Amino acid sequence: MGIMRQAGGLALAGIAALALNACGRSNVDSDSVVLHRGNMAEPLTLDPHKASGTWENNIIGDMFIGLFTEDAAGETVPGMAESWEMSEDGLSWTFILREAQWSDGEPVTAYDFEYALRRILTPETLANYASVLYPIRNARPVNVGDMAPEELGVRAVDERTLVIELEFPAPYLPGLLTHYTTFPVPRHVVERYGDAWVQPQNIQTNGPYRLVDWRASNFVHVTRNELFWDNENVCIDEVFYYPTVDNAAAERRVRNGELDLITDFAGQSLPFLRQQVPDYVRVHPYLGIVYFSFNTTLEQFADPRVRNALGMAIDRDFIAENILRAGQIPAYSFIPPGVDNYPGTARIGWFDAPVEERRRLARELLEEAGYGPNNPLRFTYTFRATGDNPRIAPVVQQDWQLIADWVQVDIQVVETQIHYSNMRSADYELGDGGWIGDYNDAYNFLFLAETESVPMNYTRWSNEAYDTLVAQANRTIDAEERGRMLAEAEQIMLDEMPYIPIVYYVNKSLVNPRVTGWEDNIVHIHRTRWMCFSDLEDGSAEG
Amino acid sequence: MLSYLARRLLVAIPTILVIITVAFFMMRAAPGGPFDLERPMPEEIRQNVMAAYGMDQPIWKQYVDYMAGIARFDLGPSLKFRDKTVADIIAEGFPVSATIGALSISLAVFVGTIMGSIAALRQNSAADYTVVGISTIGIVIPPFVMGPILALLVGLHWGLLPTGGLDPRYGMTVERLILPVITLALPQIAIISRLMRASMIEVLRSNYVRTAKAKGLPAASVIVRHALRSAVLPLVSYLGPAAAALLTGSIVIEQVFQLPGIGRQFVQAALQRDYTVVMGVVILYASLIIILNLIADLLYAALNPKVKYD
Repeated sequence: MGIMRQAGGLALAGIAALALNACGRSNVDSDSVVLHRGNMAEPLTLDPHKASGTWENNIIGDMFIGLFTEDAAGETVPGMAESWEMSEDGLSWTFILREAQWSDGEPVTAYDFEYALRRILTPETLANYASVLYPIRNARPVNVGDMAPEELGVRAVDERTLVIELEFPAPYLPGLLTHYTTFPVPRHVVERYGDAWVQPQNIQTNGPYRLVDWRASNFVHVTRNELFWDNENVCIDEVFYYPTVDNAAAERRVRNGELDLITDFAGQSLPFLRQQVPDYVRVHPYLGIVYFSFNTTLEQFADPRVRNALGMAIDRDFIAENILRAGQIPAYSFIPPGVDNYPGTARIGWFDAPVEERRRLARELLEEAGYGPNNPLRFTYTFRATGDNPRIAPVVQQDWQLIADWVQVDIQVVETQIHYSNMRSADYELGDGGWIGDYNDAYNFLFLAETESVPMNYTRWSNEAYDTLVAQANRTIDAEERGRMLAEAEQIMLDEMPYIPIVYYVNKSLVNPRVTGWEDNIVHIHRTRWMCFSDLEDGSAEG
Repeated sequence: MLSYLARRLLVAIPTILVIITVAFFMMRAAPGGPFDLERPMPEEIRQNVMAAYGMDQPIWKQYVDYMAGIARFDLGPSLKFRDKTVADIIAEGFPVSATIGALSISLAVFVGTIMGSIAALRQNSAADYTVVGISTIGIVIPPFVMGPILALLVGLHWGLLPTGGLDPRYGMTVERLILPVITLALPQIAIISRLMRASMIEVLRSNYVRTAKAKGLPAASVIVRHALRSAVLPLVSYLGPAAAALLTGSIVIEQVFQLPGIGRQFVQAALQRDYTVVMGVVILYASLIIILNLIADLLYAALNPKVKYD
């Protein structure tokens, strides 16, 4: 027995020794200025042509810069474009590029842009986000293989002049050109290495950082690109991006100083975090909306009265204030506030009625539509198993059943992947969903209700007046006039209510107060080139 | 002995084939597919993508192609990670999971055996109750509770260790592994100490231990050379599948401590319908179970003179 007691003691001593050993180590081992960014999920790719996630954009946009880019406030500012001109009909834009180099010293030319846009739209590239580029002339036929890539409306005139032709005037083009699908790629590298061009040993970039290492599910590591045109104004030398799939764990790592920032945390943690680390918490309206989608091919939901009744019975204020609790704004329109060139005047007709009044109205509408004790309204509401959605479901179920006891609602949780598959094939009754704008423009929301957007138009709602207005607006050059027409279209959609707006998203970040240059913004894009650390800025500019 | 080994390995091949086949068709039968995204692709593009991964073929053809790939040791590309193959993903994640799993199981065997033996030797004493109490706590507090508690206390509150992740420069350093290994080991320590206690008590009452004592052998020698040897037998049968489960990674540990292991990858892949990654990990898992069970059986024979393989 003596032996065993000794052995146990040894084991404990060993563990204690390991723990002590660990404390002696510091994670700063050079003069390099390093930013540790929590970055939501593991990137599926770093090829701008194959990416589709905001977390991928966070990394890719630190490495590449398109014709336009985002400043610290998320506003569109010129990137590779030095100057530009739009033709009178708004269909042709000519860009003059700044002089810039890839990280291997080769010049960045208009030919790289032409090559990149042709590449992403070539069917063989299998770019699943290419459809965002369809405003470019012939983009769709090229993308589906009906036309050769050379027929795409993008042409390099010389090394520094690029012409982009459009299907319709799109005054929001500069905003679209900040999107990663429009980034240039180094033609000489892609042609040499093929799909392996994004590997750390091959990749060349034109932005502030270049890729050093990518360890799956562990981190992506980038370092300063000395040849970046604005390199002298970049403060951070190296960035590590960590996938932080578990919010609670990510919060702990920020509070412990292991991560400098994370760009999402759980809404329920907000009160706790406000109390523990008040100067870390950043909450700001986001360019996105939570909505419920009706399957209007079903007989009961083909009737706008039924759709409106169910829409008005939902107590959005309760959901925002008591369930989500992170500053979400109750939504009475489909387009979030703060969208550029948009009046934002459209509103659901009954938005200011108190909820009891709306419930009474809803009952009247349903009775008018032929429902009642002898003909109950029965449907199933399906929702995604992720995030706050499961906590919203029982609340809205209750809201609907309060209209009358002959409104009978089943709620059913569905795995996210299956949910989208069901919605795409219109195999659902009433389902939840969310949309985050790709770029700051109203059309990027309104297209979700266009007839030609099926299957992305999960509702299958089709309205000629709406389609005509949206199409007309997209042919209008004058931004104000266009905005007015889009708002008119939005009003039609709200009156018909194929989608029920619930709340506008907020973006939630924890940012160590040491980090400077972070500005909360509606697009929730925060490029590392604008950031620094306060202790570095307070001192001298050396090092 | 050798013929036994050969026979077992031969049986393993059809077993794995059956597992692959069942997993393949179950995966395809699950609703939804890898290309159902929040922003759906235009139908033409979707067709292109499906064709590029051979998913436009009839299911039997896909199965035949997949099996042909397996025969060439080719697990195929990931359907989600555009720049990676399944082999890449396993090669990156498995070492992390295997290291944590191996350390945990070693720690658990070491601590659990000692604790169980002490409890058995001093049955119904304070030491015994302490061990039983600790192991009950170990079983009833699951890792997804214990992990965050340890991270909060040791990491955040006392500031002794990082709360998660690997070291960006040095990878799996000691300080990064302590908490996950302990968290993963605790329930195993509990199970092993209880197994050990029960079988030790039984062995201590057996005739040959009494004989050994009667011969006048010193107590330590009786316990280590005679009692322990047969008392670990139930443990050996338990450890085969348990080790396989720990080596292939724990989603909970990898989530709570943000570790880039294969367990998290497996669950993610299943949820996102990344068929090929799921299949790859299933094959890995099945092979490990078969191998570790075989090792457990061989060890069993080596330790137990009553068992002979021929």
